Amino acid sequence: MPLQLAFSIVLLVRGHNEPGGGFIGGLVAACGIALHGIAFGIPAARRLLRVPPPMLIGTGLLIAALSGLPGLFQGQPFLTGLWGGSVPTLLAGQLKFGTPLLFDVGVYLVVAGIAVHLIFTMAEDQ
Amino acid sequence: METTLAIVIGGLYAISFYLMLRRSMVKLILGLMLFSQAVNLLLFTAAGLTRGQPPIIPEGADALPVPFADPLPQALILTAIVISFGMIAFTLALTRRAHSSLETDDLDQLGRSERP
Amino acid sequence: MLTVLITIFVLAAAAPMLHRLLRGATGWALALPVVAVTAWFATLVPAVSGGEVILESRPWVPALGLDLAFRVDGWSLLFLLLIAGIGALILIYAGGYLHGHRHEGRFFGFLLLFMGSMLGLVAADNLIVMFIFWELTSFSSYLLIGFNHEETKSRAAALQALLVTGGGGLALLAGFILIGQVGGTFSFSALLENADVLRHHALYLPILLLVLAGAFTKSAQVPFHFWLPGAMAAPTPVSAYLHSATMVKAGVFLLGRFNPLLGGTDVWHTVVTGVGAATMLTGALLALPQTDLKRLLAYSTVSGLGTLTLLLGIGTTLATKAAAVFLIVHSLYKGALFMVAGAVDHETGTRDVRSLGGLFKVMPITALAAGAAALSMSGFPPLLGFISKELLYEAKLAAPSGAMLITAAGVGANILMVAVAIIVGFRPFHGARQLPAKPMHEPPLALWLGPAVLAALALVAGLFPSLVDRPLVSAAVSAIRAKETTVELKLWHGLNLVLLLSVVTVLAGVFVYFLRQRCRALAARLAPVVRFGPERGYELGLRALTAVAAGQTRLLQHGYLRGYVLTVLGVATVLAAFALVRFGPATLWIGFEDVRIHEVAIGVLVLAAALVAANARSRLAAVVALGVVGYSVALIYGLYGAPDLAVTQILVETLTLVLFVLVVVHLPQFSTLSSPRRRRWDAAFAGVAGLVITLLVLKALHVESGERVSQYFAENALRAQGRNVVNVILVDFRALDTLGEIAVLSVAALGVFALLKLRPGARKEDR
Repeated sequence: MPLQLAFSIVLLVRGHNEPGGGFIGGLVAACGIALHGIAFGIPAARRLLRVPPPMLIGTGLLIAALSGLPGLFQGQPFLTGLWGGSVPTLLAGQLKFGTPLLFDVGVYLVVAGIAVHLIFTMAEDQ
Repeated sequence: METTLAIVIGGLYAISFYLMLRRSMVKLILGLMLFSQAVNLLLFTAAGLTRGQPPIIPEGADALPVPFADPLPQALILTAIVISFGMIAFTLALTRRAHSSLETDDLDQLGRSERP
Repeated sequence: MLTVLITIFVLAAAAPMLHRLLRGATGWALALPVVAVTAWFATLVPAVSGGEVILESRPWVPALGLDLAFRVDGWSLLFLLLIAGIGALILIYAGGYLHGHRHEGRFFGFLLLFMGSMLGLVAADNLIVMFIFWELTSFSSYLLIGFNHEETKSRAAALQALLVTGGGGLALLAGFILIGQVGGTFSFSALLENADVLRHHALYLPILLLVLAGAFTKSAQVPFHFWLPGAMAAPTPVSAYLHSATMVKAGVFLLGRFNPLLGGTDVWHTVVTGVGAATMLTGALLALPQTDLKRLLAYSTVSGLGTLTLLLGIGTTLATKAAAVFLIVHSLYKGALFMVAGAVDHETGTRDVRSLGGLFKVMPITALAAGAAALSMSGFPPLLGFISKELLYEAKLAAPSGAMLITAAGVGANILMVAVAIIVGFRPFHGARQLPAKPMHEPPLALWLGPAVLAALALVAGLFPSLVDRPLVSAAVSAIRAKETTVELKLWHGLNLVLLLSVVTVLAGVFVYFLRQRCRALAARLAPVVRFGPERGYELGLRALTAVAAGQTRLLQHGYLRGYVLTVLGVATVLAAFALVRFGPATLWIGFEDVRIHEVAIGVLVLAAALVAANARSRLAAVVALGVVGYSVALIYGLYGAPDLAVTQILVETLTLVLFVLVVVHLPQFSTLSSPRRRRWDAAFAGVAGLVITLLVLKALHVESGERVSQYFAENALRAQGRNVVNVILVDFRALDTLGEIAVLSVAALGVFALLKLRPGARKEDR
């Protein structure tokens, strides 16, 4: 289970250069939590997640929207990509930081949040 | 291969249309799901097929090796897949709710029923 | 000019709040800036009467040739002064009349909105701007007429006014657009430099008729006259303002405005003069039998507007002069008399002339003002009305064609007007007191100030005509005729035919006044005939429209989902098939040369699974079959260079399956609802649609589109620091779309939550 979450993050991070990205990473994370929910019950999955899913959605949307602002401040259109330095990582190769990565993180959170939220809601509905 | 896919897409469209014209709510949802698959495949095929060349720039190169699969429809379809997931979830919830409130599966009945 | 308009509109918006602050003093407070505006307009008089035209322009939508352009010449200045000046008095009057009304603040707002629109209309230079203000006047008058919106009658009258004037407005817009096409510009000033272009163009007749339709509906000309008396459902200040001094004069303004561009032709003479004369007589004839003060005045307004139209139709210098003077006269006396009628109503509680009398002792100031205004209306010296009537007769006698006929009609209408003037201006105040002796008194200052000022102006201008002739009338006439004209007015013209006509008119008017009872009796007998007038046509048209709308709604909105689905899909299929036939290539077939066996196998699998899903008896089986379809499609993506898609598809498919499994127990069982015949039909339709789609795909593969956008993405992905082009598109090039998408998804998630967790009956269960 933690492995799947970790893997989803790797997918997210390497998404800019290889298959992966926010959508896929978020879906993988959601699948992992859903699996946990089916195996141990929804309350357990909720506890595992710690934060309520709507929180994830909100945070993700906020991050994605905020990542568009730096470009705006530089006098360029909203959501223009700006890149900073980079650090080497073990699994994902050279990791570069920039607003698109931040945006991708937002997407990741939103997608994961939505999928988990939907499944929780549906599963708890009797 | 395009011919094969064209036939597959046509077949999916036909089946999904048929399902959407049913009076049962669940069949309608099944039809919607098939429909979105068909549309995605249509986009994918219409943009031209390329065997096994993902639009990923190899390490060291500075442009995509030709021929490459068209990345734009892929981006479109990717969002479409995720959106249709949201849509299916919503219609499922709607059906579930309508069924529990109105106690009918017949869409014709649904049109006639006022709020209970 | 723009500053003035903005000020008025801001005041309009602020009026309700101001009213909360100032209460009873609002009318006075709001009148102050309007008086200032009037004074500013007055300072323009010397320049404009010297022949100057004040132009002001600010770009608005330059791409469309749309400028906020204003043009103040003599004709518009005359209107500006009347609108703002009478407007200030009306504001004060409304403060007294509506004192304590629940929506008094709102009323001031509407009134100012209307005033601003009217000022903008008469000052606009750009035709589109003119049209916008034109529609604004229709719209704000709708609000004003329907002010007592609790009453059905008010609402109906407001709607009637809106539909009639709004319809005319649309005709006007069409006319303006044609003018723009022909003249190449929407600027009135620019058009004026090439005035003959329009008159000699093939489209002249349609343009003329469209513009006239706008003017005639607004100015309540026959056969559109019926909305004006109906609009008397409005509070009296509105009637006094809109339906005497301003709104209905907008049509007259338009006629004067377009006289240099469209006037002077035979069609113009015939149509405008004819309609004007008909309206003049109709209004006068319909006025006499009325017993309600306001309706009396309303029909006499129709008649007055007809006179103005008639004069502009004649179009000679003399007639134009008469029109400009009569415009002033009419605004002054009609505004005064309406306000008097309102004051009487306010104090006595009735407007029925039959039950009013002897009020002079109770309200002497009001009575004096009413008397003066009525004298001006009937053309008695030494009031301005006398000068105006002399001019009228002079102009009619000198009309180039049909002079005798026009003069006869004019005299006839004026005789009736004299009678009406006596009924309105004298009848309620003299003779025996007829009302029960309840405590009555002079209305407050706010209510008599307006009529008094207007009546005094009519008197002063009559005694000293030089106050108005050179400064105002000359410039106005020059603007209408588009050439320099000097006007001199005199009170005394000497003994001549015109004076004789005036005397005859007054005497005959008094005679008719005493016959009024018989007129009413006659009118009552004629009522069934009148019912078949244009108003009946309006009602029938309205009813037919609603019936058609209801019918087509029943036809299209039948409430069966599959009917809608079938319509949409059917139309889409037919369109696609049409495109195929229309642009279809010779060869659609690509052939199976490049076929690999495993790919065909996947295709067969997809179709087979879809068929299973369609025919499954159990819900779970259907869901599993759908899963097979989804995973197979993912495989296709994977095979053709789209790993991202494949992964996404697999994950989404998995999650969808989970969702389905979670709710499937709550979903209804499949049941066969449609008849076999119905299902065969649907299957046939679906088959045809599928075939069309297949052909469409094959066709699409043959289409060589031009430069591909993807090329740009592919070349610039590295600059965006990414090697996975799909992902770069998602998070960088088209990031805004993605942002929108995740927002939509969030809304869907919230929707699901709301649907399942929030139930009316089960509030308590929520988390």
